Amino acid sequence: MDTPNRAERIVAHRPRRPRRGKVPFNGVALTRVLYYVVLFGGATVMMVPFLWMISVSLKEPGQVFVYPPQWIPDPIVWANYGTVWTTVPFAMFLLNTTKIAILVTLGQFLTCSLGAYAFARLEFPGRDHLFLAYLGTMMIPYHVTLVPVFILMRYLGWVDSHLSLIVPACFSAFGTFLLRQFFLTIPRELEDAARIDGCSEFGIYSRIVLPLAKPALATLGVFTLLWSWNDFIGPLVFINSTEKKTLTLGLASFQGMYTTDWTLLMAASVMALLPLIIIFIFAQRYFVEGITLSGIKG
Amino acid sequence: MARRVSALQRAQTRRAYLFLLPNIAGFFVFILGPAVASLLLAFTNWDLLTPIQFVGLANFKEMAGDRDFRQALWNTVYYTAASVPLSIAFSLMLALVLNKVVRGISFLRAAYFIPVISSTVAVAIVWMWIYEPEGGILNRLLSLIGIEGPQWLTDPSWAMPAVILMSVWKNLGYNMVIFLAGLQGIPSHLYEAARIDGANQWSQFWYITVPLLSNTTFFVVIMSVISSFQVFDQAYVMTKGGPAGATMTVVYYLYQNGFQFFRMGYAAAIAWFLFVIVFAISVIEWRAGGRYVHY
Repeated sequence: MDTPNRAERIVAHRPRRPRRGKVPFNGVALTRVLYYVVLFGGATVMMVPFLWMISVSLKEPGQVFVYPPQWIPDPIVWANYGTVWTTVPFAMFLLNTTKIAILVTLGQFLTCSLGAYAFARLEFPGRDHLFLAYLGTMMIPYHVTLVPVFILMRYLGWVDSHLSLIVPACFSAFGTFLLRQFFLTIPRELEDAARIDGCSEFGIYSRIVLPLAKPALATLGVFTLLWSWNDFIGPLVFINSTEKKTLTLGLASFQGMYTTDWTLLMAASVMALLPLIIIFIFAQRYFVEGITLSGIKG
Repeated sequence: MARRVSALQRAQTRRAYLFLLPNIAGFFVFILGPAVASLLLAFTNWDLLTPIQFVGLANFKEMAGDRDFRQALWNTVYYTAASVPLSIAFSLMLALVLNKVVRGISFLRAAYFIPVISSTVAVAIVWMWIYEPEGGILNRLLSLIGIEGPQWLTDPSWAMPAVILMSVWKNLGYNMVIFLAGLQGIPSHLYEAARIDGANQWSQFWYITVPLLSNTTFFVVIMSVISSFQVFDQAYVMTKGGPAGATMTVVYYLYQNGFQFFRMGYAAAIAWFLFVIVFAISVIEWRAGGRYVHY
């Protein structure tokens, strides 16, 4: 980041007054308390829908709309969580979603890292033009390609098959871009040493660059997982049979069928959200880094 | 010697293409190819069952006179014009405050970020309950301060504000994290120097934070506008585009034409219209933004 330099220079050129100890701030403690009140108050408001989701998921159907609202259910009906597994094919939805998300993530690891390696490390004619074309397509909205991809899937016979959700999603201009940027920061000396020792290009990619790129792969991984897990329009367009539905599509159709049974719907929602929230708690760093990276580099 | 170098180069080119092959094949088949195919399809009528027909500009002419499409476009513009400024104002405010505190940053960041990682479908369902006119929490809160809440999702003039409110809640954390990173990138000695020079909080904000954050803000505006134009999940789950088309968005209309009415050509024309709008907005913002980004 060299951008703030000009401002730094402007400030640095000014003659500095001698420092007279710490500048006294009136009410600094009060302001800090106010900040915490705003932040925790805001966080509580943000959490209300989730708290309510959990609360309803543990109620008896008759108690959902009692007045005044009951935040702590009485009695607590843990059985709702069991009923969800039997009244809808929840296990099937969960399995489908997990399978698709993992395969898409692995697929992107493979295609994006190979491509990124070529863009970052190898010389070939047309490289920079091709890379620009990749960057350009990042601007094309997903929905623009939806109709032709659907037609293509119909020809391949992949409509109502998970292949239609897995194979096209394995390719990502964003992922290639992200990994290329990271590969460029890896020092070349290691690779040169390996090359002198007779290591093949693929060996350098798989044994030196990939292990060093674990943080970037983790960032790409959490984003791909998140996108695939929450994708809704994809399954909505490509999947028809109940046993092939994903969690998002399953929840949406469940909601259409059982609008009145909020308790089960909320129990299903909680279980659908839980895996990602757990992953987020452990991988928060990579989420934040990924957003920051895409935010700053554009 | 020269020949040897070029042989090496050829070998490297071959290797490079091998590395690129899986990536580039997918890129052409699933991204670039479909984008071009979409443009070609926009000049045809096709229901996938009868033979494809070339119809020239008929789809675009139909779009120009299509009142439902115009409504969808207007709704999308309404959604964007309301949700983007709201989300940016709140997320910037939160980031500014969060940047001042020391303790609990990762807990607070997580609290604001969990809606971002949550599936829109799942949270839209709980928001439907929040918006229930009789038993929902929002109208109960409003009744505490003596306001009789509207019918939210079933009232044509309140359905879109309801969708907007939910979306602002959902996307707040994402923008906040970007702003927070931008704020943390501003060197603290600038503020120290300004304080020594006697600048108060307000002038520090105005002369240091605002200009040095302009790049981040600019990026957040462009990305938010682009994603707002593609809003679909919320409207599909909460209102099915209703009541009376009040929450029908461009992508929803595209979905309806393509995958419910099987009008592939018309859907492709809408898709390209969407792409052109998104592209044009980005270019305009890019041009205008260049003037206000301060470094």
